[in-house]
Amino acid sequence: MCLAIPGQIRELLPDDEMAVVDVMGVRRKISMQMLVDEPATEGDWVLIHVGFAMSKISDEDAREQLRVLEAMGDDADAQAEARGYAFGHAEDESGGPAS
Amino acid sequence: MKYVDEFRNAELIKRTAEEIRRLADPDRRYRIMEICGGHTHAIFRFGLHQLLPKNIDLVHGPGCPVCVLPSARVDEGLEIARGNDLIFTAFGDMMRVPGSHGSPLEAKARGAEVRMVYSPLDALKLAQDNPDRRVMFFAIGFETTTPSTALTILRARERGVSNFLVHCNHIMVPPPIRAILDMPDMTLDAFIGPGHVSTVIGCEPYRFIAEAYGKPVVVSGFEPTDLMQSIAMILRQFRDGRCEVENQYARALPWDGNPAARRAMETVFEPRESFEWRGLGFIPGSGYRIREEFAAFDAEAVCEAPGVTTLPSDPRARCGDVLKGALKPSECELFGTECTPETPVGALMVSSEGACAAQFKYAHVTISA
Ligand code: SF4
Repeated sequence: MCLAIPGQIRELLPDDEMAVVDVMGVRRKISMQMLVDEPATEGDWVLIHVGFAMSKISDEDAREQLRVLEAMGDDADAQAEARGYAFGHAEDESGGPAS
Repeated sequence: MKYVDEFRNAELIKRTAEEIRRLADPDRRYRIMEICGGHTHAIFRFGLHQLLPKNIDLVHGPGCPVCVLPSARVDEGLEIARGNDLIFTAFGDMMRVPGSHGSPLEAKARGAEVRMVYSPLDALKLAQDNPDRRVMFFAIGFETTTPSTALTILRARERGVSNFLVHCNHIMVPPPIRAILDMPDMTLDAFIGPGHVSTVIGCEPYRFIAEAYGKPVVVSGFEPTDLMQSIAMILRQFRDGRCEVENQYARALPWDGNPAARRAMETVFEPRESFEWRGLGFIPGSGYRIREEFAAFDAEAVCEAPGVTTLPSDPRARCGDVLKGALKPSECELFGTECTPETPVGALMVSSEGACAAQFKYAHVTISA
């Protein structure tokens, strides 16, 4: 749970204060409620913690965070966590986890 | 054997290690506490302590939320769920944390309804999907995680979800640091501040450490280079006779943190008079509880747990001394024998962010510049 996972925004879902992000190839919905003061746009990178975008980060920092996860041996856990976010599923148009 | 050259920025790490050797006054010791469990994990994972001169000790702080959660709270959470027929949900890290009658995972093996979730929003969804059941989220974590629970409660209220409850065990970083600084046998010289917690609270809350206690603080990122540079920044403060809060992680961490996250947290939660920490005892103002306005979501307000008893812990377990930095993990007599990551006696063995598990897991990692 202490992971901070970089993800790239693919689609904003403003009505629900959510966004679809790509986390190491896994597409999931996350909450954008913590970023109301610094709105993000498609293509932006965010740091994700327990299903919420915590902060916007630069492309370079996102790459660096991914390297840290990998070097720490945490990348599989991070992917499992992103894959595990279940709250977005019911509304997934594809009808299931897209990955 | 792992060589520094395998790391990205190997050159920078070597140069920083040399700078640290130059800066360190050979006639004194430096005891530096890394507050965050993520830093503890990284230090052991990369063997960074082995790159430091002998007179610099890294002391592993209380910044691992599952490690400091006391048995009594685990016992109470499980008992509330059992006695009121609730579905108990928690993060995966929480599942093996020992209460005095076993962990949530063991409760599950005995037939309790225990489910792992990755987000508090998952627990909320479970409640929405099971309108005839009540679902309790056993919430743990520092200020990094607290806003997510707050926003989930706000969402539940907005959507009129009435079968969702939270057992709140959220805690704060600054109060235990103050408690450790106030201990009579305290020998710490400086602190490496937590990067992710600070993305929420910012750097201001650490000012008292520098100003009232005269100990430098450098808030750090998570790469090996970040941690080495933070140690060099601390030593430069000593060399220059400065004592400040500095932000090594400025590229990702605004000084003021995330005000929106703090607003959510303050809307839903308020400080408790006191909260118990495993190994550290009760610390004033160190935990959050749910405000009365949101009492309908507060498992402690809505549910009774009359049968809850907490048994005394094994007197041989030295978790408290390890947490305070008074003892190295391997100096506990249970370390690696009765207490291992598979059979944790103390919570410091549960998560790789706990000092005992980190040392156990990475004992083989050696490094040389
Ligand atoms: S080895 Fe186990 S019992 Fe001993 S201090 Fe570490 S976690 Fe506690």
